[in-house]
Amino acid sequence: MSSIKSSKIRLSDLILKILINIAAAFSVVLLIGILAYVFLKGIGSVNLTFLTTVTSTLKGTVGIAGNIVNTLYIIVITLLIATPLGVGSAIYLNEYAKPGKLVRAIEFTTETLSGIPSIIFGLFGMMFFGTGLGLGYSILTGALTLTLMVLPLITRNTQEALKTVPDSYRSGALGMGATKWYMIRTILLPSAMPGIVTGIILAIGRIVGESAALLFTAGSGYLLPKGGMGILKKILESGGTLTIQLYLSMAKAEYSTAFGIAVILLLIVLFINWITKVLAKKLDVNNME
Amino acid sequence: MRKSKKILALISAAAMTAGLMACGATSQETAQTGQTQEAADTQADAAQDVAAEDAAAEDTTAQEEASQDAGADLSGSISMAGSTSMEKLANAVAESFMAKYPGVTVTAEFTGSSAGIEAVTAGSVDIGNSSRALKEEEKAAGVVENVVAIDGIAVVVDPANTVKDLTKDQLIAIYTGETKNWSELGGEDAPIVVIGREAGSGTRGAFEELVGVEDACAYASELDSTGAVIAKVASTPGAIGYASLDAIDDTVTAVALEGVEPTVENIKAGSYFLSRPFVMATKGEISEQNETVQALFDYLASDEGKAVISGVGLITVD
Amino acid sequence: MNGQESFSIIGNRKQKSAVEKAAQGIFTLCAFIAILAVASITAYMIMNGTPALFKVGVKEILFGTLWKPTAAGPSFGILYVILTSIIGTTLAVILGVPIGLFTAIFLAETAPKRLAAVVKPAVELLAGIPSVIYGLLGIMVLNPIMYKLELAVFKNSETHQFTGGANLLSAVLVLAIMILPTVINISESALRSVPPQLKSASLALGASHIQTIFRVILPAAKSGIVTAIVLGVGRAIGEAMAITLVSGSSVNIPLPFNSVRFLTTAIVSEMGYAAGVHRQVLFTIGLVLFVFIMIINVTLNKILKKGDVEQ
Repeated sequence: MSSIKSSKIRLSDLILKILINIAAAFSVVLLIGILAYVFLKGIGSVNLTFLTTVTSTLKGTVGIAGNIVNTLYIIVITLLIATPLGVGSAIYLNEYAKPGKLVRAIEFTTETLSGIPSIIFGLFGMMFFGTGLGLGYSILTGALTLTLMVLPLITRNTQEALKTVPDSYRSGALGMGATKWYMIRTILLPSAMPGIVTGIILAIGRIVGESAALLFTAGSGYLLPKGGMGILKKILESGGTLTIQLYLSMAKAEYSTAFGIAVILLLIVLFINWITKVLAKKLDVNNME
Repeated sequence: MRKSKKILALISAAAMTAGLMACGATSQETAQTGQTQEAADTQADAAQDVAAEDAAAEDTTAQEEASQDAGADLSGSISMAGSTSMEKLANAVAESFMAKYPGVTVTAEFTGSSAGIEAVTAGSVDIGNSSRALKEEEKAAGVVENVVAIDGIAVVVDPANTVKDLTKDQLIAIYTGETKNWSELGGEDAPIVVIGREAGSGTRGAFEELVGVEDACAYASELDSTGAVIAKVASTPGAIGYASLDAIDDTVTAVALEGVEPTVENIKAGSYFLSRPFVMATKGEISEQNETVQALFDYLASDEGKAVISGVGLITVD
Repeated sequence: MNGQESFSIIGNRKQKSAVEKAAQGIFTLCAFIAILAVASITAYMIMNGTPALFKVGVKEILFGTLWKPTAAGPSFGILYVILTSIIGTTLAVILGVPIGLFTAIFLAETAPKRLAAVVKPAVELLAGIPSVIYGLLGIMVLNPIMYKLELAVFKNSETHQFTGGANLLSAVLVLAIMILPTVINISESALRSVPPQLKSASLALGASHIQTIFRVILPAAKSGIVTAIVLGVGRAIGEAMAITLVSGSSVNIPLPFNSVRFLTTAIVSEMGYAAGVHRQVLFTIGLVLFVFIMIINVTLNKILKKGDVEQ
């Protein structure tokens, strides 16, 4: 057993310190290099035409406006379905359910859902929603598939948020004669809102980055929706998101387009990260009161 | 108080949405009436020009006017799925068709020829794009083979490769893995990287059948689309691949086969042996399809449509 | 709290009960949808993945080595595909986890504050970017380098099939880089959440900083680090899009310079057009993947619990 003070340890200390620094230097250079490379290669493709028009074979121009709109559609529709379900599940687990086997089963399945690879969701979504329900390649199919993927995220975050609401709030409201649902609606949900919103934003981040689950469900359509009823009809039409278009452009070696889309995606992720930080601060401030 | 405010808000929101939808519909109608106006004006001009020409020309113009009239009111959607080799054609046709009939939406997925035929057989799309002729069992399932263009399959190598000409036997040897180095073919000492398409690809099916290497190919890479093959060959010295002629650009060199260059003229003349039909398959005859789909096929057979087809580098059928 | 609320707390009892019951019912329904989702995905995978095992035979599929699904006499051997996923993921984890862990140690313990403040957001950003971007980088940067390496290594080989740089090694490197941000982030949180008393106690006893890190802090953060590893492994084995174009997509023995197919890329390449038995075998591949994930999750969670019990 070597003593703390022996010089042998100093050598292993040194080696470890060097390894730590090498690893860190490698990671830092790599990660910052990736960001810089993508940005430099892609910024040239990003211009007004790129962002506001749709790719035209006849004119020979490239535009991702359709893909941007599709991404927005998928985010909105997925959240419309997933948020009520996720918040509802969390409320049940935290407020109504008695701790025991049932709750553990639900929590176990939620954990498992979050570990399944997205390609399996894609397979399931394609067969169940696309072929089984007859929706084919459509934004709705993609949204339903993504709902399954972000459900654990929203449920978990809502649960965490609900747990931080002091019990005194609950007993206080019930003591004054409020019914459970009334108490949840007026006291719990507002207090837990920052946590719920964090969950939603994390879900948006996951949705934006998803590709495997959407390839066989939402399709690759890149046109803008027509006005009027077309805006609602688009939900049932095929819509390729930014990540899908990136993959397709990459496969065809249209690298300038691919890098342009990569830059846009980077900016979106940056934005989402920033908003999450702002919300986290607000959460801390709330809790400190 | 709060409750009634909420109800009021809900009602006004519903009213606004209804209003928006109504507005949208009306604007579409206005757009269409505007179009009919324009069509009527063009008709008037055309009629004046045509007055001096002979009877046959007048008939054709009358037909076109009639279809223009119908076309301005044409609305609906057409869904296509299938071959990636046909992507350029499908997109160009969709774009020009939609420009002519703004009420129509044409969407296309590019999943491979076999998937396209399966989709149209199952009825989940209107048109199945296939870059190979249909098999007997596919025709037996009720799918009709409508050939809309002829395409050549070009064998491509990277631009630095010195080999510019191959015989059919050399092709067979390369793709079955017998010949592994370009030096055996008179080129540089570089290994041959054999690129091909995935198993469901119409291009692969056509290539293997025409060259005679069905089920015998040894691929280094099986890529998912025409564009991917061209990209891979362009960036890999020593690579060889096959792709649709209309997708070839100057990042790769198309080799001559048996001394014949892959050009539109040679394919029409029949001297370049690697050519295959572009099929837009439908379930049942064209006359059994809905109005919008029939309009598309009419468009493809018309001069306008043929111009689009030749414009993307394909050969029209008569 | 608005006193003019028409729905007063002291309202009609019957009305309240109806709303209460409805609310409870809705929430219970929501919770069960989560169970339903996992149950149906599992059931679906099993229902669609097993017919092929019976039609073609368990041995032929799981232990066969020839994959020719569209040949006149098709064979559906996925042994090489399974091996590729196992070996590829293992290599990626072996490469990525140590580097990630040491970087996390750097960020949490030994880095100057200002440097950490710059690097941490960069790592968080990279953890969030879509995985296809890593694939894009792999094609642009890794493949050409790999091809040059391949040409050098196999210069005089008679038997090697040249792949132009799309091989197992490229895929492994892409996967390792991809799991780096995840491993770094979670390990760093785990390290930071170790109670500072442990650290000060160890230092007070005369241990060096490095000794403290490796003998006190790291073991204390064990559960968080195991979580990081599990997530990293999960991400590596489940990744499809990033490695589809850099791994070559032929079915071969998983040697570093061979063009290979993973369980995930096999599904992605052929799902679009597979039909009949072919499609059913693809579902079997999905089932195999599913089973692997479950095994990994359960095993690593057991290791976690064991670690907790020991503590």
